[in-house]
Amino acid sequence: MKITLKVWRQKNAADKGGFQTYQLDNVSPDMSFLEMFDVLNEELLSKGEDPIHFDHDCREGICGMCSMYINGKPHGPKQTTTCQLHMRSFHDGQTITVEPWRAKAFPVVKDLVVDRTSFDRIIQAGGYVSVNTGGVPDANEIPIPKKVADEAFDSATCIGCGACVAACKNASAMLFVSAKISQLAMLPQGKVERKTRAEQMIAQMDEEGFGACTNTGACSAECPKEIKLENIARMNREFYTAKAKSENV
Amino acid sequence: MNLDSKIPEGPLAEKWSKHKFNIKLVNPANKRKYDIIVVGTGLAGASAAASFGELGYNVKSFCFQDSPRRAHSIAAQGGINAAKNYQNDGDSVFRLFYDTIKGGDYRSREGNVYRLAEVSVNIIDQCVAQGVPFAREYGGLLANRSFGGAQVSRTFYARGQTGQQLLLGAYGALSRQIANGKVQMYSRHEMLDLVLVDGKARGIVTRNLITGQIESHSAHAVVLATGGYGNVFFLSTNAMGSNATAAWRAHKKGALMANPCFTQIHPTCIPVSGDHQSKLTLMSESLRNDGRVWVPKTVEDAEKIRKGEIRPTDLPEDKRDYYLEERYPSFGNLVPRDVASRNAKNVCDEGRGVNKTGLAVFLDFADAIKRDGEDTIRGKYGNLFDMYEQITGDNPYKTPMKIFPAVHYTMGGLWVDYNLMTNVDGLYSIGEANFSDHGANRLGASALMQGLADGYFVIPYTIGDYLAKMPYDKVPVTHEAFKAAEANVKEKIDKLLSINGSKTVDQFHKELGHIMWEYCGMSRNEEGLKKAKGMIRELRDQFWKDLRLVGTNDELNLSLEKANRVADFMELGELMVDDALHRDESCGGHFREESQTEEGEAKRKDDEFSFVSAWEYTGPEKPEVLHKEDLVFENVKLTQRSYK
Amino acid sequence: MAATGLFLIIFLLVHLTGNLQLLKDDGGEAFNVYAQFMTSNPLIKTTSYLLYATFLVHIIWAVILSVYNRKARPVGYAHNKASSTWSSRNMGILGTIVLIFLIIHLKNFWYEMHWGGIPTVAYEGESYKDLYAVVDKAFAEWWIVALYVVSMIGLMFHLYHGFQSAFQTLGLNHPKYNALIKGVGTAFAVIVPALFAAIPILMFLERS
Repeated sequence: MKITLKVWRQKNAADKGGFQTYQLDNVSPDMSFLEMFDVLNEELLSKGEDPIHFDHDCREGICGMCSMYINGKPHGPKQTTTCQLHMRSFHDGQTITVEPWRAKAFPVVKDLVVDRTSFDRIIQAGGYVSVNTGGVPDANEIPIPKKVADEAFDSATCIGCGACVAACKNASAMLFVSAKISQLAMLPQGKVERKTRAEQMIAQMDEEGFGACTNTGACSAECPKEIKLENIARMNREFYTAKAKSENV
Repeated sequence: MNLDSKIPEGPLAEKWSKHKFNIKLVNPANKRKYDIIVVGTGLAGASAAASFGELGYNVKSFCFQDSPRRAHSIAAQGGINAAKNYQNDGDSVFRLFYDTIKGGDYRSREGNVYRLAEVSVNIIDQCVAQGVPFAREYGGLLANRSFGGAQVSRTFYARGQTGQQLLLGAYGALSRQIANGKVQMYSRHEMLDLVLVDGKARGIVTRNLITGQIESHSAHAVVLATGGYGNVFFLSTNAMGSNATAAWRAHKKGALMANPCFTQIHPTCIPVSGDHQSKLTLMSESLRNDGRVWVPKTVEDAEKIRKGEIRPTDLPEDKRDYYLEERYPSFGNLVPRDVASRNAKNVCDEGRGVNKTGLAVFLDFADAIKRDGEDTIRGKYGNLFDMYEQITGDNPYKTPMKIFPAVHYTMGGLWVDYNLMTNVDGLYSIGEANFSDHGANRLGASALMQGLADGYFVIPYTIGDYLAKMPYDKVPVTHEAFKAAEANVKEKIDKLLSINGSKTVDQFHKELGHIMWEYCGMSRNEEGLKKAKGMIRELRDQFWKDLRLVGTNDELNLSLEKANRVADFMELGELMVDDALHRDESCGGHFREESQTEEGEAKRKDDEFSFVSAWEYTGPEKPEVLHKEDLVFENVKLTQRSYK
Repeated sequence: MAATGLFLIIFLLVHLTGNLQLLKDDGGEAFNVYAQFMTSNPLIKTTSYLLYATFLVHIIWAVILSVYNRKARPVGYAHNKASSTWSSRNMGILGTIVLIFLIIHLKNFWYEMHWGGIPTVAYEGESYKDLYAVVDKAFAEWWIVALYVVSMIGLMFHLYHGFQSAFQTLGLNHPKYNALIKGVGTAFAVIVPALFAAIPILMFLERS
């Protein structure tokens, strides 16, 4: 396959950046999208040019590190992660535009690499159950209906890649935040702290500079783990209840 | 050097409780006077850092990824073992201990493994309390499955994403301590050296991967939870960034490396599709429950399939060789990982491999679909089949899957005693980074168990024993030992950047991987290993003469990061070969062709090799020195594994 | 946005019921009586202040939200195709269309009714402002009719997203009822603006 790539290049956070075009003549349809970048980078290196920097690690769709905005969609045309996207999803001679995630809360570090530590800070604001190691009850002490456990699992599959923010026209992080709030609000173990959790995580989300949700649904439609919009509604409920009833004045 | 494993005296079942009572404690008010560095944020690292923070220690946690949540523990699929006996099928701590020792082919310590089985039950309680959504039965209780050929159902799981859910639990606990100010998190930081002061581990030197800044961090103890070194093979199921650098540099500062040649090769991975291949993807072992492994009986048919002249579905039954069912009638397709892998290699070596590269065997679901219906199979493996189709473009409902073994886990690692401390005072190693619990072969669903056991339930106790004897004084990072280590790191980086040769890091890494896979992979022999040693040395020389890097140290520079790691793989690879050469027996994942039974099965030599090989670094280009820790078995009888 | 939006949706229903009186073949009597009632009844008057406030909050909040959300992405994409409905992405533009319409609409009728010089008619001895005549005159102009129709199409898309979106924001999302909410929302978004638009069209056609 022959491919034309239009890639965003930016030396560092301060640099203005711009697109550069690359021509690849020998792309195998069996390559993953990232392997195609590997091949290009090998070429650039051997010419003495700076390779294109991009985030990636596990390359099996679970670590959430890869983050490319490909032809107008986060992770490209398939609803999967960039590392699981293969070149057979494109056609010979196609021009592919690759950009970094765009959001105030995800500043560009270099080329296609962005800083997503804002997600970590949101989790630090309360995305956990406050139990210390040891001294916990037996695992089967509290039965949890299978349906609830399964639903909590569905919310918990979020890989924190940030595609939801990238896809959202408002760069809102509601799907990410709501997935964690939902998971813990559904499970009996998480219910104890649900009010403070919802308040604090949402406050942190706003502080990081993410936009507000206008329910366009792009987040869920582009989420590689198919996290559902129901989570956002549940988070809204959690938030109103928390605001109405919490001890924080 | 005297290798004291510090296994407590007394009956097996009482060792850990007695030890916990006997070790020294740090007064709660004094814990805040101690600093601990934890490198790595996988299951072991995150759980340890969180637990230290909860206890009151000051923790600095490091990872090279952009977030601690991305550590490669996240990719573990199958599950986590625990001797809960919830299924009333006769499981017990002793049985889990026994299975693990036997599975490791009697090359691990009884004391450590028993403790692992003992604390396994606490792990599940802890994770459930954290909100980990394990699979459940309709009655609301936890579900279990049997995994990796175990005869009891003791594996807890969260669909095919158990590692992810457990890691997110530990990441939550870690995040809570970060919010509490007890843990300081340094993401996108890579440890490049260990700092010793008066023979004790007192800190590390790191590189900030964004700015390139070389920084020193001081502490009273250093914990390495940096995972395995499977990427020495270039292609493996490890993450692209997984590396041995932290452990290897600690090794060069005096920590012994134990059993480095013990590598686990997983039989069910998606085969290599071409030269562009960057990593291998594991398909869950559970597929072998219903899939039948086969290759054509003749080389001619295999060739026709490779060229696409005939389709696999067209080959009649009598021309197919279901070699695992044939050779191992009682275990069939469910033989342990090492046996399945080796047999796949053998049939491909005979020229009967089936994809373009000739390096693949079929895993056929046609019979299972005929027997149970497509819907049942979809229900069991739907997500795996989808993933397979996504990657290969083949539909496994219609045509057999192709699989091939791939490097998956490294049982070897830094030598540690019962307290998980290396031979360097104050330097600990936990999780896959140490060598302690899996012997020569790891059982399925045991890696997650070990990572969390070490991090939540072992090291929080044992580190206190060491710290209680330490003065509170901190070593300033201006100390000459830190300055020397920083200078050393900078010099190495400058050297890498100044070679200005013609080959890229990946080219060298691929070549190294090829040598390792060819001569130190699934099957090893003296001649090949000796050859490999020479080849690695030559490649290493070339690396330092002909490497080409672009850019500077003062920026995000992915190829420089990689060069640092590959430089270490070049040295580690040679040690693996040395170790494999020295261990002239077959055990677990280590198969020496010279040591096999008449039927071609692995043959242990318990009289000669019932010990841990611990290698000591003695200087650049000098041979490493071997120290032996004898393995004593008081509670299990050593038997030859048989799956016939 | 959600709470005010839902209130405005209720208002639309009330307003539509009144407007449909225009189509009654009674020379505008029913409509004029209705109009008089709406401007004089104290309870309705109080409610109308609430309505004005709701409009203002809905509009001001929309402006704040748009500015806030724009700030969340200082650099946009060169190429963007992320999946979402057109209406959901263009609520601001759609809202602006409705707002412009509203200003013209208020000037034409609401202002005239309250402060303009409208001729009066008498029904059963009582004097009523003949708003019907004003409406009738306005809808004789083809371009006013066209403006109304275009605006109602804008409203249609605005409601198509707004109706469901309001429920989602209020946290009212349940797999059991989602289909119902979507169905009712879509039906409302199509039928209500269509009926509003039908009035000027029919009145225009009747005259010509």
